[in-house]
Amino acid sequence: MTITPHGSLKKAPPLTIPPRQAARLPESDAAAGGLFEAIQRGEAFETVVHEATRGEKPVLEVSNFNLWYGEAQALHDISLVCPDGKVTALIGPSGCGKSTLLRCVNRMNDLIDSVRVSGDMTLNGESIYTAGVDVIELRKRIGMVFQKPNPFPMSIYENVVYSLRIDGERDRSVLDEVCEQSLRGAGLWDEAKDRLQSSALAMSGGQQQRLCIARAIAAEPDVLLLDEPCSALDPIATGRIEELIDELKGTYSILIVTHNMQQASRASDYTAFMYLGRLVEFGPTDEIFLQPRLKETEDYVTGRFG
Amino acid sequence: MTITADPPPAAQAAGTPKRPRKKALRTTSLFAHGEPMVWLTGGSLVLAVFMIAGLLGLVLWQGGSTFWPGAILHVELADGSAYLGEVASKSSFAPEESRLEALSDEVAERARTELEANGGLVDRFQLRTENFELTNVHYRWIEDYHVLDRSLPEWALLVERNTWGRFYGTPVAFRLDGATIATEPDEVWSRFQEHHDKARARYHARQSLETHEIGAVNRTLEDARLHMRAAELAEGRDSERWRRAEAAYRAAEEEANGAFTRIRREIDALNTENGRYELVLETSDGVEKALALDEVVRIFPANQLGFGGKLSVYLSRWWEFLTADPREANAEGGVFPAIFGTIAMTLLMSLVVVPFGVLAALYLREYAKQGTIVSIVRIAVNNLAGVPSIVFGVFGLGFFCYVIGSSIDEVFFSAKLPNPTFGKGGVLWAALTLALLTLPVVIVATEEALSAVPNSMREGSYACGATKWQTIRRIVLPRAAPGIMTGMILAIARGAGEVAPLMLVGAVKLAPELPVDGVVPFLHPERSFMHLGFHIFDLGFQSQNSEAAKPMVYTTTLLLIAIVVLLNLVAVWIRGRLRRRFQSVHI
Ligand SMILES: Nc1ncnc2c1ncn2[C@@H]1O[C@H](COP(=O)(O)OP(=O)(O)OP(=O)(O)O)[C@@H](O)[C@H]1O
Ligand SMILES: [Mg+2]
Repeated sequence: MTITPHGSLKKAPPLTIPPRQAARLPESDAAAGGLFEAIQRGEAFETVVHEATRGEKPVLEVSNFNLWYGEAQALHDISLVCPDGKVTALIGPSGCGKSTLLRCVNRMNDLIDSVRVSGDMTLNGESIYTAGVDVIELRKRIGMVFQKPNPFPMSIYENVVYSLRIDGERDRSVLDEVCEQSLRGAGLWDEAKDRLQSSALAMSGGQQQRLCIARAIAAEPDVLLLDEPCSALDPIATGRIEELIDELKGTYSILIVTHNMQQASRASDYTAFMYLGRLVEFGPTDEIFLQPRLKETEDYVTGRFG
Repeated sequence: MTITADPPPAAQAAGTPKRPRKKALRTTSLFAHGEPMVWLTGGSLVLAVFMIAGLLGLVLWQGGSTFWPGAILHVELADGSAYLGEVASKSSFAPEESRLEALSDEVAERARTELEANGGLVDRFQLRTENFELTNVHYRWIEDYHVLDRSLPEWALLVERNTWGRFYGTPVAFRLDGATIATEPDEVWSRFQEHHDKARARYHARQSLETHEIGAVNRTLEDARLHMRAAELAEGRDSERWRRAEAAYRAAEEEANGAFTRIRREIDALNTENGRYELVLETSDGVEKALALDEVVRIFPANQLGFGGKLSVYLSRWWEFLTADPREANAEGGVFPAIFGTIAMTLLMSLVVVPFGVLAALYLREYAKQGTIVSIVRIAVNNLAGVPSIVFGVFGLGFFCYVIGSSIDEVFFSAKLPNPTFGKGGVLWAALTLALLTLPVVIVATEEALSAVPNSMREGSYACGATKWQTIRRIVLPRAAPGIMTGMILAIARGAGEVAPLMLVGAVKLAPELPVDGVVPFLHPERSFMHLGFHIFDLGFQSQNSEAAKPMVYTTTLLLIAIVVLLNLVAVWIRGRLRRRFQSVHI
């Protein structure tokens, strides 16, 4: 890929893989035919967590989380700490459970009857999965942007202030203010300010996706969940959204799923590599991309596999 | 995802024989091109369009031409008789020999000549002669060979009357107080014109006295009686309350008698005044008939009218048809009460069925756990649409009228018993019955619309922290609204055209009062009502003058179709507006 979105390449590491270093995974695994085969056989293994992740203040902690769709287990014993104010990327081959994990954070999987979970997650130290959690309140503290833009069938303005509307906010000045700030935050203000009352469905796909981001940040959530937000977008729109992620971080903690290795390396601070429902390796993005501990991770991020 | 790298199938491919390649020049079969399917599908459409257009064309032509005034023909027959009237239809037939033998030589001769020239057929025509009180027939078939002479008399008049149907004749005199004051046709005509409007005005004044004023007096009297009866039911005849109510009733009776006498006198005065004027017409066979002026609804010398005159008669008849009450056992006059009843009942039905159906569909689609029970319910709802409509009528009569209506009567209208108030057919019960009948349509359409709302929108709303109901109200329902409107359109089309169940639950041949009027409490959902569909049935099959009613059947059908189309257009327009709001130009 040679197209570079304007101006957002501040700290993108060059994607050249350094020569392999000494600290590698135990010989026994490699001897047994590799880690992936071991996972496919269902053998237990320890997630490789880089030490650099431990010093951060966590916003979201996932501990020993399992999830089943009916009989099929989709998440196996996931433990993960998302640092506050940072961008954490989830990568891994298709069907490995990234979306599933993301949807567990705001309990969207409650909507699916067959889902069963064990383990827990905490948001700012409060449990998400104990009995008595107010799911509505929880979701208000977590913004989510879906893979496909899903604007509501109403005006741009109403889309943005939707979460305030459902809280019963009627003060026009408050709504106007939030609308403008959120649209500015999502980089959509200039394009949308003259057509706030027209239908959101009449916007282009990229505009719709940024509208969904504006809608998600309008409620000022603690955590922002982005599920492949750029998969339907052209490189320019993708660049804008990456810029946006850059601007938002610090204010928000972001968990982003992506299939685009360059995007993950450019936009995120931490990266988690998943495979077949398991978290394989988790560490600072630079280390995952430049000095991965596992050969499998290296194969994946360099595109030699998957 | 390829984890274990299988060897590429190149090795196998080398060994297996290749499938023979298609010859390049083989022509694609006709079926593959699809032309037969184009003809089949297109042909079906054409057939359907033909049938619909044929039906609509027939109704449009017949209904549209009913009110156009024809010429008044005067025929003289060989046997010396003469008839005056409008030609209603023509046909040819082959007469039996015995029939020809019975004719006089001269006529038989003519008949045989015609038979020869026409290849064994003779022509005849149907003449609308009317003058029913004199002749006892409305129509007469006349064979062409009987006719000696035809003419279009200048002063042949067509009279439409309050009673007895039409009258055809020529003016011979105008009488004032029994004395003839004009005999020449144009003089009679001008005299008539001079007095007719005033006579009609007096007639309407009399009618208003008879219905409104007497009705009002009767109502006060009835109220007093009901008070008395209520007092009796509540506290018995020995109570102070009953004695007071009885005294009030006596006073009301006294007052009513006074009012009746006064109204009677006014009516008598109007009648006497109207009785002074008479128009004398002569029929084709020389009988003279005196007509009171106030009896005449519309009169015109048909053969003198140019296009403009005919058009004005045509429009005036349509106007009467749309705005007036029926006359002559519904065969003449207007259908306004039926139009009103149809629209009121249909709107009331939509008002009930749409919210009810939408709520039911919401539960089925959004709340209920999809499973066997929901499937069974869904199948049952769909089957409900196949139940014969008369069954709904029977149910409506048994449940709404006799169970619910009677209970209401017992609780709220006990003083009126044994006269039922709600315990009989009425516009409310009819609307509820039809609501039940059209419920499956609304439920199915709404469910369809709900399931067409993308799940991603619902998820987006939940992710914003919306509750289920907020999501339904703000996202799902607005988005499904056009589809729900489609259900409503179908329900209206079905409900407005339904007749059978209505006969049981409140549609009547002639309703004295509209369900909405100026009498407190203004809305009278318990009243029976007239309905265009029932009116068509009544005209076509229940009237004693079915020949004269036939054109009215077409006109009424035309009107009913027009109303259904109009209601639908309004709904389609609203739906279009809703759709435009949710139109997506992208993705
Ligand atoms: N609603 C569901 N019911 C049953 N199984 C499901 C459901 N949703 C996902 N799965 C299964 O769970 C596994 C993980 O799915 P998930 O959508 O989380 O993958 P993903 O990592 O997001 O993949 P992609 O990158 O293609 O989006 C898959 O095997 C999928 O088949
Ligand atoms: Mg996914």
